[in-house]
Amino acid sequence: MSTPADRPSRRLLRRLLPPALVLAGLVVAWALAVSLFAVDPEVLPGPGLVVESTWADRSALAPAAWTTLQEAVLGIAVAIFLAVLLAVAIDWSRTARRSLYPLLVASQTIPIIALAPLVVIWFGFGQTPKVVLVALFTFFAITVGTLQGLASSDPDSMDLLRTMGATRRQLLLRVRLPSAMPQFFTGLKVAVAYSLVAAIVAEFVGAEQGLGVYMTGAKNALRTDLVFGAVAVTAILTLVLFGLVALAERLSMPWRRPAQVEADW
Amino acid sequence: MSAAGGQLALRDVSKSYVGRDGREVQALDGVDLAVGPGEFVALIGPSGCGKSTLLRIAAGLEQPEAGEVLLDGAVATERLGRCAFMPQRDGLLPWRRVIDNVTIGLELEGVGSAQAREQALPLLERFGLGDFAQSWPWQLSGGMRHRVAFLRTAINGRPVMLLDEPFGALDGITRAELQQWLLEVWRDLGTTVLLVTHDVSESVFLADRVLVMSPRPGRIVAEEDVPLSRPRELRVEETPEFAAAEARVREALRVAVTGI
Repeated sequence: MSTPADRPSRRLLRRLLPPALVLAGLVVAWALAVSLFAVDPEVLPGPGLVVESTWADRSALAPAAWTTLQEAVLGIAVAIFLAVLLAVAIDWSRTARRSLYPLLVASQTIPIIALAPLVVIWFGFGQTPKVVLVALFTFFAITVGTLQGLASSDPDSMDLLRTMGATRRQLLLRVRLPSAMPQFFTGLKVAVAYSLVAAIVAEFVGAEQGLGVYMTGAKNALRTDLVFGAVAVTAILTLVLFGLVALAERLSMPWRRPAQVEADW
Repeated sequence: MSAAGGQLALRDVSKSYVGRDGREVQALDGVDLAVGPGEFVALIGPSGCGKSTLLRIAAGLEQPEAGEVLLDGAVATERLGRCAFMPQRDGLLPWRRVIDNVTIGLELEGVGSAQAREQALPLLERFGLGDFAQSWPWQLSGGMRHRVAFLRTAINGRPVMLLDEPFGALDGITRAELQQWLLEVWRDLGTTVLLVTHDVSESVFLADRVLVMSPRPGRIVAEEDVPLSRPRELRVEETPEFAAAEARVREALRVAVTGI
């Protein structure tokens, strides 16, 4: 059924090659510009220097990255829990929809990042305030996605199950929640894309360990190369998280058509 | 899966709803009908005459404003879970394999999924879907999806089946094939069927009796018996008896629509 060009590995390669080429081009341009114009490395270090210094400092960078990654993942986990709970409540009860949904939308006008100092005052300098901030920052996307997914349930399927005597709880479990999965994952992908950033901002405000602390330290020491290194590590970790969500999406919905699966990445 | 009872009656059922322009629309106006145990009755009418509304009322998805619905001779106000219903579109759940789509009605009744599968598999095999038991719905053709949807509706063994234009979305060839298939399954199940359609020859081919509805507000304005023997094959459509019955239904429908 599948022609050689359709094999997953080939397809992935075809998908990854163009952006990889563009990225490589940009890095080469960066390296050339830095050496041609003899830019001060404190202003803009070349890519070679960034890689070299980052690798040399790996024993300090790795635990920092690990701390931030933990905060981000825990925060996402809390966000998923809250978001699904909230979305189901809003979907289930008209009262909940009327009272919670407007507040939920209005809550997004609050600049969550600006809450970071408050969260630190409340929860101290440990892991908790970072997890709280990541959760606050990411739960909206998951809630809205899940809500839309729940609302996208096929009315014919609902009617049919009702004529079979299904209770509301059965309808929720057997029609509405499975219907919501694709859009839940869309929301989750947006959420993970922001999760590390939220953790780092929380660390800027007050922390003992983490990428935010690492970047601040590198900046104060005028080690621009290490700031770049930390930024690159953040980007890579975000990509990894995004990839893991896409993988979970694929594995948890084996029923989809190949064309739908292809749109995951 | 033999069906006990299987009597359905509507008495003086009326229903109106508020249309998109905010005005009240009378969908059904004093509908009376009765379907006997094991009978196959087709309900035909122009589009928008309220025949789907009638079926939804019979199924218990909606309540009439006036009149009542009787099951096995007794007034039934809570009807959800008592009649088998098949919607116009197949409504298969895309995340369930074919066999699990068929068993959903059993699961809702608390039958364990292993036992439900055991019960469904012979049914799938008997009616030509055995090879597709493990397929996902998207892998099936439209005709196959409708067969799955029909078995899903049938598996709980409810004595009355309500079918809402089940073949409306299919092409002619698939449709003829499915009509034949439906008759075979129906003969096996022995259930009462009330089928809504807007296709005259479909109604004559399938039913013992055809009820004709008027345009909105819907009302039953004519009734035609179909004196064709069973089991019926597609060839029956070539016979003069079929042509005569079809002509009578078509004429009744014309009168219902034009009023002359």
